Amino acid sequence: MHDVNIDHERQMGMEGFHPALVRGPVGINLNSLGEADMFGSEPKITARGVNFYYGSKRALNNINIAFAARRVTAIIGPSGCGKSTFIRLLNRMHELVPGSRFEGEILLDGLDILSPACDAADLRKRVGMVFQKPNPFPKTVFENISYGLEVNGMTDKRAIEEKVVDSLRKAALWGEVKDRLKDSALGLSGGQQQRLCIARCLAVSPEVILFDEPCASLDPISTGKIEELILELKKEYTIVIVTHNMQQAARVSDRTAFFLMGDLIEEGRTEQIFKAPRDRRTEDYITGRFG
Amino acid sequence: MNRRKEKLIKWLFTVTAFASLAFLVGIVLVLFKEALPIFKIISPKAFLLGTSWYPTAEPPEFGILPLILASLWVTAGALVICVPLGVGSALYLHELAGNKQRAVLKPVIEILASVPSIVYGFFGMVVLAPFLQTAFDLPIGLTAFTTSVILGVMATPTVASIAEDALSYVPRSFREASFAVGADRWQTLTKVIIPAAGSGISTAVILGMSRAIGETMTVLMVAGGSAVIPESIFDPVRPMTAAIAAEMGEAPVGSDHYHALFAIALILFLITFAFNIAAELISRRYRLKLGLSR
Repeated sequence: MHDVNIDHERQMGMEGFHPALVRGPVGINLNSLGEADMFGSEPKITARGVNFYYGSKRALNNINIAFAARRVTAIIGPSGCGKSTFIRLLNRMHELVPGSRFEGEILLDGLDILSPACDAADLRKRVGMVFQKPNPFPKTVFENISYGLEVNGMTDKRAIEEKVVDSLRKAALWGEVKDRLKDSALGLSGGQQQRLCIARCLAVSPEVILFDEPCASLDPISTGKIEELILELKKEYTIVIVTHNMQQAARVSDRTAFFLMGDLIEEGRTEQIFKAPRDRRTEDYITGRFG
Repeated sequence: MNRRKEKLIKWLFTVTAFASLAFLVGIVLVLFKEALPIFKIISPKAFLLGTSWYPTAEPPEFGILPLILASLWVTAGALVICVPLGVGSALYLHELAGNKQRAVLKPVIEILASVPSIVYGFFGMVVLAPFLQTAFDLPIGLTAFTTSVILGVMATPTVASIAEDALSYVPRSFREASFAVGADRWQTLTKVIIPAAGSGISTAVILGMSRAIGETMTVLMVAGGSAVIPESIFDPVRPMTAAIAAEMGEAPVGSDHYHALFAIALILFLITFAFNIAAELISRRYRLKLGLSR
Protein backbone atom coordinates (compact mmCIF):
# COMPACT_ATOMS: atom_id res chain seq x y z
CA MET A 1 0.00 0.00 0.00
CA HIS A 2 2.71 2.34 1.07
CA ASP A 3 4.84 1.42 -1.91
CA VAL A 4 1.98 2.01 -4.23
CA ASN A 5 1.64 5.42 -2.76
CA ILE A 6 5.26 6.23 -3.36
CA ASP A 7 5.02 4.97 -6.89
CA HIS A 8 2.02 7.11 -7.43
CA GLU A 9 3.95 10.09 -6.15
CA ARG A 10 6.86 9.22 -8.38
CA GLN A 11 4.64 9.17 -11.40
CA MET A 12 3.34 12.50 -10.45
CA GLY A 13 6.91 13.54 -9.82
CA MET A 14 6.05 15.19 -6.59
CA GLU A 15 7.91 13.18 -4.04
CA GLY A 16 9.92 14.77 -1.32
CA PHE A 17 8.39 18.16 -1.36
CA HIS A 18 7.49 19.89 1.84
CA PRO A 19 5.48 22.81 3.20
CA ALA A 20 8.67 24.35 4.49
CA LEU A 21 9.20 25.42 0.95
CA VAL A 22 5.98 27.27 0.91
CA ARG A 23 7.62 30.60 1.30
CA GLY A 24 9.42 29.74 -1.86
CA PRO A 25 12.28 31.32 -3.68
CA VAL A 26 12.25 35.06 -4.31
CA GLY A 27 8.78 35.58 -3.13
CA ILE A 28 7.11 32.94 -5.25
CA ASN A 29 4.50 31.27 -3.16
CA LEU A 30 4.77 27.66 -4.15
CA ASN A 31 1.37 27.00 -2.72
CA SER A 32 0.00 28.95 -5.57
CA LEU A 33 1.84 26.66 -7.92
CA GLY A 34 -0.05 23.72 -6.64
CA GLU A 35 2.92 21.59 -5.50
CA ALA A 36 2.97 22.48 -1.89
CA ASP A 37 0.27 20.16 -0.67
CA MET A 38 1.82 17.06 -2.17
CA PHE A 39 4.90 16.62 -0.08
CA GLY A 40 6.13 13.11 0.43
CA SER A 41 8.23 13.35 3.56
CA GLU A 42 9.88 15.72 5.94
CA PRO A 43 12.72 17.51 4.18
CA LYS A 44 16.18 16.66 5.41
CA ILE A 45 17.41 20.21 5.18
CA THR A 46 15.47 23.42 5.14
CA ALA A 47 17.00 26.83 4.55
CA ARG A 48 14.98 29.89 5.42
CA GLY A 49 15.77 33.48 4.62
CA VAL A 50 19.49 32.88 4.17
CA ASN A 51 21.60 35.91 3.32
CA PHE A 52 25.36 35.67 3.05
CA TYR A 53 28.03 38.32 2.84
CA TYR A 54 31.74 38.29 2.06
CA GLY A 55 32.79 41.47 3.79
CA SER A 56 30.31 43.99 2.46
CA LYS A 57 29.60 42.02 -0.70
CA ARG A 58 26.31 40.20 -0.63
CA ALA A 59 26.65 36.73 -2.09
CA LEU A 60 23.24 35.22 -1.30
CA ASN A 61 19.86 36.93 -1.14
CA ASN A 62 17.08 35.49 0.94
CA ILE A 63 17.46 31.85 -0.02
CA ASN A 64 14.55 29.58 0.87
CA ILE A 65 14.87 25.98 -0.16
CA ALA A 66 14.30 22.48 1.17
CA PHE A 67 16.16 19.29 0.32
CA ALA A 68 14.25 16.06 0.32
CA ALA A 69 15.71 13.11 2.17
CA ARG A 70 17.33 10.41 -0.01
CA ARG A 71 17.02 12.44 -3.15
CA VAL A 72 19.57 14.16 -5.32
CA THR A 73 19.13 17.88 -5.64
CA ALA A 74 21.26 19.62 -8.24
CA ILE A 75 22.17 23.26 -7.92
CA ILE A 76 22.94 24.88 -11.24
CA GLY A 77 23.79 28.39 -12.31
CA PRO A 78 26.56 30.43 -13.90
CA SER A 79 29.90 31.01 -12.19
CA GLY A 80 29.67 33.34 -9.26
CA CYS A 81 25.95 32.80 -8.77
CA GLY A 82 26.43 31.70 -5.18
CA LYS A 83 25.80 27.98 -5.58
CA SER A 84 29.09 26.87 -4.04
CA THR A 85 28.76 29.52 -1.37
CA PHE A 86 25.37 28.12 -0.54
CA ILE A 87 26.32 24.47 -0.16
CA ARG A 88 29.35 25.43 1.91
CA LEU A 89 26.90 26.87 4.41
CA LEU A 90 25.24 23.48 4.73
CA ASN A 91 28.29 22.06 6.55
CA ARG A 92 29.65 25.39 7.72
CA MET A 93 32.73 25.25 5.54
CA HIS A 94 32.13 28.96 5.03
CA GLU A 95 33.73 29.47 8.43
CA LEU A 96 37.14 28.78 6.90
CA VAL A 97 36.85 32.05 5.03
CA PRO A 98 37.43 34.94 7.40
CA GLY A 99 35.21 37.98 7.19
CA SER A 100 32.04 36.24 6.09
CA ARG A 101 28.64 36.77 7.69
CA PHE A 102 25.21 35.25 7.30
CA GLU A 103 21.61 35.77 8.27
CA GLY A 104 18.74 33.31 8.34
CA GLU A 105 18.57 29.70 9.43
CA ILE A 106 19.30 26.29 8.06
CA LEU A 107 17.68 23.31 9.71
CA LEU A 108 18.99 19.76 9.52
CA ASP A 109 16.23 17.51 10.84
CA GLY A 110 15.04 20.52 12.78
CA LEU A 111 18.48 21.34 14.25
CA ASP A 112 19.61 24.87 13.56
CA ILE A 113 23.06 24.16 12.17
CA LEU A 114 24.17 27.76 11.86
CA SER A 115 23.60 28.50 15.52
CA PRO A 116 26.74 28.75 17.63
CA ALA A 117 25.30 26.06 19.87
CA CYS A 118 25.74 23.54 17.07
CA ASP A 119 29.26 22.10 16.95
CA ALA A 120 30.75 22.42 13.47
CA ALA A 121 32.81 19.22 13.75
CA ASP A 122 29.73 17.23 14.79
CA LEU A 123 27.75 18.78 11.98
CA ARG A 124 30.39 17.84 9.42
CA LYS A 125 30.23 14.23 10.49
CA ARG A 126 26.57 14.30 9.53
CA VAL A 127 27.00 16.45 6.43
CA GLY A 128 30.00 15.29 4.40
CA MET A 129 31.52 17.02 1.44
CA VAL A 130 33.26 16.07 -1.78
CA PHE A 131 35.20 18.86 -3.42
CA GLN A 132 35.74 20.18 -6.89
CA LYS A 133 39.28 18.92 -7.20
CA PRO A 134 40.04 15.51 -5.73
CA ASN A 135 41.89 16.29 -2.53
CA PRO A 136 43.20 13.10 -0.99
CA PHE A 137 45.71 13.57 1.82
CA PRO A 138 49.34 12.81 1.01
CA LYS A 139 48.92 9.56 2.91
CA THR A 140 48.21 5.98 1.91
CA VAL A 141 44.89 4.91 0.47
CA PHE A 142 44.04 3.21 3.75
CA GLU A 143 45.01 6.18 5.91
CA ASN A 144 42.94 8.51 3.79
CA ILE A 145 39.83 6.63 4.82
CA SER A 146 40.84 5.76 8.37
CA TYR A 147 41.70 9.40 9.11
CA GLY A 148 38.08 10.43 9.52
CA LEU A 149 37.44 7.48 11.82
CA GLU A 150 40.47 8.18 13.98
CA VAL A 151 39.77 11.88 14.43
CA ASN A 152 36.31 10.90 15.52
CA GLY A 153 37.68 8.72 18.27
CA MET A 154 37.55 5.24 16.74
CA THR A 155 40.45 3.19 18.08
CA ASP A 156 39.53 -0.44 17.46
CA LYS A 157 41.84 -1.52 14.63
CA ARG A 158 39.52 -4.26 13.35
CA ALA A 159 36.52 -1.97 13.32
CA ILE A 160 38.51 0.67 11.46
CA GLU A 161 39.65 -1.88 8.91
CA GLU A 162 36.13 -3.11 8.34
CA LYS A 163 34.86 0.39 7.91
CA VAL A 164 37.62 1.26 5.45
CA VAL A 165 36.87 -1.76 3.29
CA ASP A 166 33.16 -1.09 3.50
CA SER A 167 33.59 2.55 2.50
CA LEU A 168 35.82 1.66 -0.43
CA ARG A 169 33.24 -0.89 -1.59
CA LYS A 170 30.44 1.63 -1.34
CA ALA A 171 32.50 4.10 -3.34
CA ALA A 172 33.01 1.45 -6.06
CA LEU A 173 36.75 1.64 -5.59
CA TRP A 174 37.55 -1.52 -3.68
CA GLY A 175 38.27 -3.66 -6.71
CA GLU A 176 40.77 -1.15 -8.04
CA VAL A 177 42.66 -0.43 -4.83
CA LYS A 178 42.41 -3.57 -2.73
CA ASP A 179 46.05 -4.40 -3.51
CA ARG A 180 47.20 -0.82 -3.16
CA LEU A 181 45.93 0.10 0.29
CA LYS A 182 49.44 0.88 1.49
CA ASP A 183 50.37 2.94 -1.57
CA SER A 184 50.17 6.70 -1.65
CA ALA A 185 46.75 7.97 -2.61
CA LEU A 186 48.44 10.51 -4.85
CA GLY A 187 49.40 7.69 -7.20
CA LEU A 188 45.76 7.01 -8.09
CA SER A 189 44.17 8.47 -11.20
CA GLY A 190 42.03 11.59 -10.89
CA GLY A 191 38.80 9.63 -11.05
CA GLN A 192 40.03 7.11 -8.50
CA GLN A 193 41.15 9.93 -6.23
CA GLN A 194 37.70 11.45 -6.38
CA ARG A 195 36.08 8.13 -5.51
CA LEU A 196 38.59 7.82 -2.69
CA CYS A 197 37.41 11.20 -1.44
CA ILE A 198 33.85 9.94 -1.62
CA ALA A 199 34.87 6.85 0.35
CA ARG A 200 36.59 9.06 2.91
CA CYS A 201 33.37 10.98 3.25
CA LEU A 202 31.26 7.81 3.56
CA ALA A 203 33.52 6.38 6.25
CA VAL A 204 32.25 8.75 8.91
CA SER A 205 28.65 7.72 8.11
CA PRO A 206 27.17 11.03 7.07
CA GLU A 207 23.47 11.50 6.40
CA VAL A 208 23.93 14.17 3.78
CA ILE A 209 26.66 14.40 1.14
CA LEU A 210 27.46 17.67 -0.56
CA PHE A 211 29.16 17.45 -3.93
CA ASP A 212 30.78 20.68 -5.06
CA GLU A 213 31.27 20.19 -8.81
CA PRO A 214 32.79 16.75 -8.21
CA CYS A 215 33.51 16.07 -11.87
CA ALA A 216 34.91 19.45 -12.84
CA SER A 217 38.42 18.07 -13.30
CA LEU A 218 37.54 14.57 -14.52
CA ASP A 219 37.36 12.93 -17.93
CA PRO A 220 34.00 11.64 -19.26
CA ILE A 221 34.59 8.03 -18.21
CA SER A 222 35.50 8.96 -14.63
CA THR A 223 32.58 11.37 -14.63
CA GLY A 224 30.26 8.54 -15.66
CA LYS A 225 31.49 6.40 -12.78
CA ILE A 226 30.93 9.20 -10.27
CA GLU A 227 27.43 9.78 -11.60
CA GLU A 228 26.58 6.09 -11.35
CA LEU A 229 27.86 6.17 -7.83
CA ILE A 230 25.72 9.17 -6.93
CA LEU A 231 22.63 7.38 -8.18
CA GLU A 232 23.58 4.39 -6.04
CA LEU A 233 24.31 6.51 -2.97
CA LYS A 234 21.01 8.32 -3.01
CA LYS A 235 19.35 5.16 -1.73
CA GLU A 236 20.98 5.85 1.60
CA TYR A 237 22.03 9.48 1.61
CA THR A 238 20.56 12.87 0.95
CA ILE A 239 22.63 14.42 -1.80
CA VAL A 240 23.13 17.98 -2.92
CA ILE A 241 25.30 18.47 -5.96
CA VAL A 242 26.54 21.70 -7.42
CA THR A 243 27.31 21.36 -11.10
CA HIS A 244 28.16 23.45 -14.09
CA ASN A 245 27.14 20.66 -16.35
CA MET A 246 23.43 20.74 -17.08
CA GLN A 247 23.42 17.30 -18.67
CA GLN A 248 24.86 16.04 -15.43
CA ALA A 249 22.14 17.75 -13.43
CA ALA A 250 19.55 16.20 -15.72
CA ARG A 251 21.12 12.75 -15.44
CA VAL A 252 21.60 12.46 -11.71
CA SER A 253 19.15 14.70 -9.94
CA ASP A 254 15.57 14.39 -8.85
CA ARG A 255 15.22 18.07 -8.21
CA THR A 256 17.07 21.07 -9.56
CA ALA A 257 17.57 24.55 -8.20
CA PHE A 258 18.71 27.40 -10.38
CA PHE A 259 20.77 30.18 -8.79
CA LEU A 260 21.56 33.48 -10.44
CA MET A 261 23.57 36.31 -8.91
CA GLY A 262 22.88 35.23 -5.37
CA ASP A 263 19.15 34.61 -5.90
CA LEU A 264 17.42 31.27 -6.01
CA ILE A 265 15.41 31.78 -9.17
CA GLU A 266 13.59 28.52 -9.35
CA GLU A 267 13.50 25.09 -7.75
CA GLY A 268 11.51 22.10 -8.84
CA ARG A 269 11.50 18.63 -10.28
CA THR A 270 14.46 18.27 -12.58
CA GLU A 271 12.20 17.28 -15.45
CA GLN A 272 10.07 20.30 -14.98
CA ILE A 273 13.04 22.67 -14.69
CA PHE A 274 14.53 21.40 -17.92
CA LYS A 275 11.33 20.95 -19.89
CA ALA A 276 9.07 23.65 -18.63
CA PRO A 277 10.93 26.24 -16.55
CA ARG A 278 8.62 28.73 -15.00
CA ASP A 279 11.07 31.57 -15.02
CA ARG A 280 12.34 33.17 -18.17
CA ARG A 281 15.86 33.41 -16.75
CA THR A 282 15.96 29.68 -16.04
CA GLU A 283 14.93 29.01 -19.59
CA ASP A 284 17.57 31.36 -20.93
CA TYR A 285 20.23 29.61 -18.87
CA ILE A 286 19.34 26.04 -19.69
CA THR A 287 18.97 26.81 -23.37
CA GLY A 288 22.46 28.31 -23.26
CA ARG A 289 21.53 31.89 -23.89
CA PHE A 290 23.94 32.99 -21.18
CA GLY A 291 26.29 31.56 -18.60
CA MET B 1 73.03 45.43 -35.51
CA ASN B 2 70.08 44.08 -33.59
CA ARG B 3 71.44 40.58 -33.77
CA ARG B 4 74.75 41.67 -32.40
CA LYS B 5 73.01 43.41 -29.55
CA GLU B 6 71.03 40.29 -28.81
CA LYS B 7 74.16 38.20 -28.82
CA LEU B 8 75.87 40.62 -26.51
CA ILE B 9 73.00 40.56 -24.03
CA LYS B 10 72.83 36.79 -24.11
CA TRP B 11 76.55 36.60 -23.50
CA LEU B 12 76.33 39.07 -20.63
CA PHE B 13 73.65 37.10 -18.85
CA THR B 14 75.52 33.87 -19.40
CA VAL B 15 78.51 35.38 -17.66
CA THR B 16 76.46 36.58 -14.68
CA ALA B 17 74.73 33.24 -14.40
CA PHE B 18 77.98 31.33 -14.35
CA ALA B 19 79.74 33.79 -12.04
CA SER B 20 78.46 32.05 -8.91
CA LEU B 21 79.70 28.76 -10.21
CA ALA B 22 83.10 30.29 -10.91
CA PHE B 23 83.28 31.73 -7.40
CA LEU B 24 82.35 28.41 -5.87
CA VAL B 25 84.91 26.51 -7.89
CA GLY B 26 87.53 29.14 -7.09
CA ILE B 27 86.85 28.96 -3.38
CA VAL B 28 86.89 25.17 -3.31
CA LEU B 29 90.14 25.07 -5.28
CA VAL B 30 91.84 27.53 -2.94
CA LEU B 31 90.54 25.67 0.12
CA PHE B 32 91.95 22.39 -1.14
CA LYS B 33 95.22 23.90 -2.34
CA GLU B 34 95.91 25.64 0.97
CA ALA B 35 94.56 22.86 3.17
CA LEU B 36 96.20 19.80 1.69
CA PRO B 37 99.83 20.60 2.68
CA ILE B 38 98.95 20.08 6.35
CA PHE B 39 98.30 16.43 5.66
CA LYS B 40 101.96 15.98 4.73
CA ILE B 41 102.89 16.41 8.36
CA ILE B 42 99.80 14.93 10.02
CA SER B 43 97.42 12.21 8.89
CA PRO B 44 93.81 13.23 8.26
CA LYS B 45 92.77 10.87 11.03
CA ALA B 46 95.14 12.40 13.57
CA PHE B 47 94.03 15.83 12.43
CA LEU B 48 90.32 15.12 12.80
CA LEU B 49 90.50 13.03 15.95
CA GLY B 50 93.44 14.64 17.75
CA THR B 51 92.38 16.09 21.04
CA SER B 52 94.90 18.86 21.50
CA TRP B 53 95.04 22.01 19.50
CA TYR B 54 98.34 23.76 20.26
CA PRO B 55 99.26 25.18 16.88
CA THR B 56 101.93 27.54 18.21
CA ALA B 57 103.54 25.19 20.71
CA GLU B 58 106.87 23.55 20.01
CA PRO B 59 106.30 21.01 18.56
CA PRO B 60 102.83 22.19 17.46
CA GLU B 61 99.82 19.94 17.87
CA PHE B 62 97.08 20.02 15.27
CA GLY B 63 94.19 17.99 16.66
CA ILE B 64 90.93 19.71 15.81
CA LEU B 65 88.50 17.43 17.61
CA PRO B 66 87.91 20.04 20.36
CA LEU B 67 87.07 22.60 17.71
CA ILE B 68 84.72 20.28 15.81
CA LEU B 69 83.03 19.24 19.03
CA ALA B 70 82.71 22.85 20.10
CA SER B 71 81.03 23.72 16.82
CA LEU B 72 78.65 20.79 17.02
CA TRP B 73 78.04 21.45 20.71
CA VAL B 74 77.00 25.08 20.28
CA THR B 75 75.03 24.24 17.15
CA ALA B 76 73.10 21.52 18.97
CA GLY B 77 72.41 23.98 21.76
CA ALA B 78 71.27 26.57 19.24
CA LEU B 79 68.90 24.02 17.71
CA VAL B 80 67.32 23.36 21.07
CA ILE B 81 66.45 27.03 21.12
CA CYS B 82 65.73 27.89 17.50
CA VAL B 83 63.62 24.87 16.60
CA PRO B 84 60.87 25.37 19.16
CA LEU B 85 61.00 29.13 18.79
CA GLY B 86 61.13 29.11 15.00
CA VAL B 87 58.65 26.33 14.37
CA GLY B 88 56.41 27.72 17.10
CA SER B 89 56.42 31.16 15.51
CA ALA B 90 55.71 29.62 12.13
CA LEU B 91 52.76 27.67 13.48
CA TYR B 92 51.42 30.70 15.27
CA LEU B 93 51.80 32.91 12.22
CA HIS B 94 50.21 30.34 9.99
CA GLU B 95 47.46 29.07 12.17
CA LEU B 96 46.49 31.56 14.85
CA ALA B 97 47.68 35.04 13.99
CA GLY B 98 45.07 37.12 12.26
CA ASN B 99 45.97 39.18 9.23
CA LYS B 100 46.77 42.20 11.37
CA GLN B 101 49.17 40.34 13.64
CA ARG B 102 50.79 38.67 10.69
CA ALA B 103 51.34 42.03 9.04
CA VAL B 104 53.36 43.09 12.08
CA LEU B 105 55.01 39.86 13.16
CA LYS B 106 56.36 38.64 9.85
CA PRO B 107 58.39 41.77 9.09
CA VAL B 108 59.59 41.87 12.70
CA ILE B 109 60.90 38.33 12.45
CA GLU B 110 62.59 39.18 9.19
CA ILE B 111 64.23 42.24 10.70
CA LEU B 112 65.62 40.01 13.43
CA ALA B 113 67.38 38.14 10.64
CA SER B 114 68.93 41.34 9.34
CA VAL B 115 70.56 42.42 12.62
CA PRO B 116 74.35 42.28 11.97
CA SER B 117 76.05 39.43 13.77
CA ILE B 118 78.47 41.79 15.51
CA VAL B 119 75.46 43.34 17.21
CA TYR B 120 74.37 39.94 18.43
CA GLY B 121 77.91 39.33 19.63
CA PHE B 122 77.94 42.61 21.43
CA PHE B 123 74.64 41.89 23.07
CA GLY B 124 75.93 38.48 24.12
CA MET B 125 79.09 39.89 25.65
CA VAL B 126 77.64 42.89 27.40
CA VAL B 127 74.19 41.72 28.44
CA LEU B 128 73.75 37.97 28.26
CA ALA B 129 77.16 36.76 29.48
CA PRO B 130 77.20 38.80 32.73
CA PHE B 131 73.59 37.86 33.33
CA LEU B 132 74.22 34.13 32.91
CA GLN B 133 77.39 34.36 34.96
CA THR B 134 75.50 35.66 37.97
CA ALA B 135 72.38 33.60 37.34
CA PHE B 136 74.26 30.28 37.25
CA ASP B 137 77.16 31.38 39.43
CA LEU B 138 79.82 30.65 36.80
CA PRO B 139 83.50 31.55 36.83
CA ILE B 140 83.10 33.03 33.37
CA GLY B 141 80.06 34.18 31.38
CA LEU B 142 81.47 33.44 27.92
CA THR B 143 80.48 29.78 27.50
CA ALA B 144 79.05 27.28 25.07
CA PHE B 145 75.67 27.93 26.62
CA THR B 146 75.83 31.68 26.06
CA THR B 147 76.86 31.04 22.48
CA SER B 148 74.02 28.59 21.93
CA VAL B 149 71.48 31.07 23.20
CA ILE B 150 72.71 33.83 20.92
CA LEU B 151 73.07 31.51 17.92
CA GLY B 152 69.64 30.08 18.61
CA VAL B 153 68.08 33.52 18.56
CA MET B 154 70.00 34.35 15.41
CA ALA B 155 68.81 31.22 13.61
CA THR B 156 65.21 31.57 14.74
CA PRO B 157 64.12 33.91 11.93
CA THR B 158 65.60 31.55 9.33
CA VAL B 159 63.73 28.62 10.77
CA ALA B 160 60.50 30.58 11.31
CA SER B 161 60.45 32.08 7.87
CA ILE B 162 61.18 28.86 5.96
CA ALA B 163 58.89 26.76 8.14
CA GLU B 164 56.11 29.26 7.61
CA ASP B 165 56.62 29.05 3.87
CA ALA B 166 56.44 25.28 4.12
CA LEU B 167 53.17 25.47 6.03
CA SER B 168 51.68 27.88 3.56
CA TYR B 169 52.58 25.59 0.66
CA VAL B 170 50.29 22.93 2.07
CA PRO B 171 47.28 23.11 -0.21
CA ARG B 172 44.19 24.59 1.37
CA SER B 173 42.26 21.63 0.08
CA PHE B 174 43.94 19.35 2.66
CA ARG B 175 42.63 21.53 5.43
CA GLU B 176 39.15 21.57 3.92
CA ALA B 177 39.19 17.82 3.47
CA SER B 178 40.17 17.34 7.09
CA PHE B 179 37.52 19.67 8.43
CA ALA B 180 34.95 18.06 6.18
CA VAL B 181 35.27 14.71 7.96
CA GLY B 182 34.75 16.35 11.33
CA ALA B 183 38.34 16.92 12.44
CA ASP B 184 38.98 19.94 14.63
CA ARG B 185 41.67 22.51 14.12
CA TRP B 186 44.21 20.79 16.34
CA GLN B 187 43.75 17.40 14.68
CA THR B 188 43.99 19.02 11.28
CA LEU B 189 47.18 20.77 12.26
CA THR B 190 48.94 17.81 13.86
CA LYS B 191 47.74 15.03 11.59
CA VAL B 192 47.49 16.69 8.21
CA ILE B 193 49.21 20.05 7.93
CA ILE B 194 52.40 19.40 9.89
CA PRO B 195 53.07 15.98 8.31
CA ALA B 196 52.44 17.47 4.87
CA ALA B 197 54.82 20.32 5.64
CA GLY B 198 57.18 18.02 7.52
CA SER B 199 59.96 17.89 5.00
CA GLY B 200 59.74 21.64 4.48
CA ILE B 201 60.04 22.13 8.21
CA SER B 202 63.06 19.83 8.35
CA THR B 203 64.63 21.88 5.58
CA ALA B 204 64.06 24.95 7.72
CA VAL B 205 65.77 23.26 10.65
CA ILE B 206 68.76 22.20 8.55
CA LEU B 207 69.20 25.66 7.12
CA GLY B 208 68.98 27.07 10.64
CA MET B 209 71.71 24.62 11.57
CA SER B 210 73.90 25.82 8.69
CA ARG B 211 73.36 29.35 9.85
CA ALA B 212 74.47 28.48 13.37
CA ILE B 213 77.48 26.35 12.54
CA GLY B 214 78.86 28.85 10.03
CA GLU B 215 78.44 31.90 12.23
CA THR B 216 81.80 33.45 13.12
CA MET B 217 81.70 36.89 14.63
CA THR B 218 79.27 36.06 17.38
CA VAL B 219 81.04 32.89 18.46
CA LEU B 220 84.36 34.68 18.39
CA MET B 221 82.96 37.20 20.82
CA VAL B 222 80.97 35.04 23.22
CA ALA B 223 82.24 31.44 23.08
CA GLY B 224 85.14 31.99 25.44
CA GLY B 225 87.81 30.66 23.10
CA SER B 226 89.15 27.72 25.05
CA ALA B 227 90.25 24.90 22.74
CA VAL B 228 89.48 21.97 24.99
CA ILE B 229 86.88 19.30 24.61
CA PRO B 230 83.76 20.69 26.29
CA GLU B 231 82.52 18.72 29.25
CA SER B 232 79.54 20.80 30.24
CA ILE B 233 77.41 23.39 28.51
CA PHE B 234 78.95 26.00 30.79
CA ASP B 235 82.50 25.45 29.51
CA PRO B 236 84.14 28.07 27.36
CA VAL B 237 84.70 26.62 23.88
CA ARG B 238 86.47 27.42 20.63
CA PRO B 239 84.33 26.50 17.62
CA MET B 240 85.98 26.04 14.23
CA THR B 241 84.97 29.41 12.86
CA ALA B 242 86.25 31.23 15.91
CA ALA B 243 89.58 29.41 15.72
CA ILE B 244 90.09 30.42 12.11
CA ALA B 245 89.09 34.03 12.69
CA ALA B 246 91.18 34.43 15.81
CA GLU B 247 94.32 32.72 14.57
CA MET B 248 94.53 33.55 10.89
CA GLY B 249 96.04 36.94 11.60
CA GLU B 250 98.88 35.43 13.60
CA ALA B 251 99.69 32.45 11.40
CA PRO B 252 102.53 33.17 8.99
CA VAL B 253 101.44 32.62 5.41
CA GLY B 254 102.52 29.20 4.22
CA SER B 255 103.24 27.88 7.71
CA ASP B 256 101.82 24.62 9.01
CA HIS B 257 99.47 26.58 11.25
CA TYR B 258 98.23 28.49 8.22
CA HIS B 259 97.54 25.28 6.31
CA ALA B 260 95.88 23.74 9.34
CA LEU B 261 93.46 26.67 9.55
CA PHE B 262 92.60 26.19 5.89
CA ALA B 263 92.00 22.53 6.56
CA ILE B 264 89.55 23.49 9.33
CA ALA B 265 87.79 25.75 6.84
CA LEU B 266 87.64 22.86 4.40
CA ILE B 267 86.04 20.59 7.00
CA LEU B 268 83.56 23.31 7.87
CA PHE B 269 82.74 23.78 4.21
CA LEU B 270 82.13 20.06 3.81
CA ILE B 271 79.84 20.03 6.84
CA THR B 272 77.66 22.91 5.63
CA PHE B 273 77.74 21.48 2.12
CA ALA B 274 76.34 18.23 3.49
CA PHE B 275 73.63 20.16 5.35
CA ASN B 276 72.60 21.92 2.17
CA ILE B 277 72.51 18.73 0.15
CA ALA B 278 70.36 17.15 2.84
CA ALA B 279 68.02 20.15 2.81
CA GLU B 280 67.71 19.97 -0.95
CA LEU B 281 67.04 16.23 -0.99
CA ILE B 282 64.41 16.54 1.69
CA SER B 283 62.62 19.43 0.06
CA ARG B 284 62.61 17.58 -3.26
CA ARG B 285 61.02 14.59 -1.62
CA TYR B 286 58.50 16.94 -0.05
CA ARG B 287 57.49 18.50 -3.34
CA LEU B 288 57.01 15.08 -4.83
CA LYS B 289 54.98 13.96 -1.88
CA LEU B 290 52.60 16.86 -2.27
CA GLY B 291 52.47 16.28 -6.00
CA LEU B 292 53.70 19.83 -6.55
CA SER B 293 56.17 18.93 -9.25
CA ARG B 294 55.62 16.43 -12.01
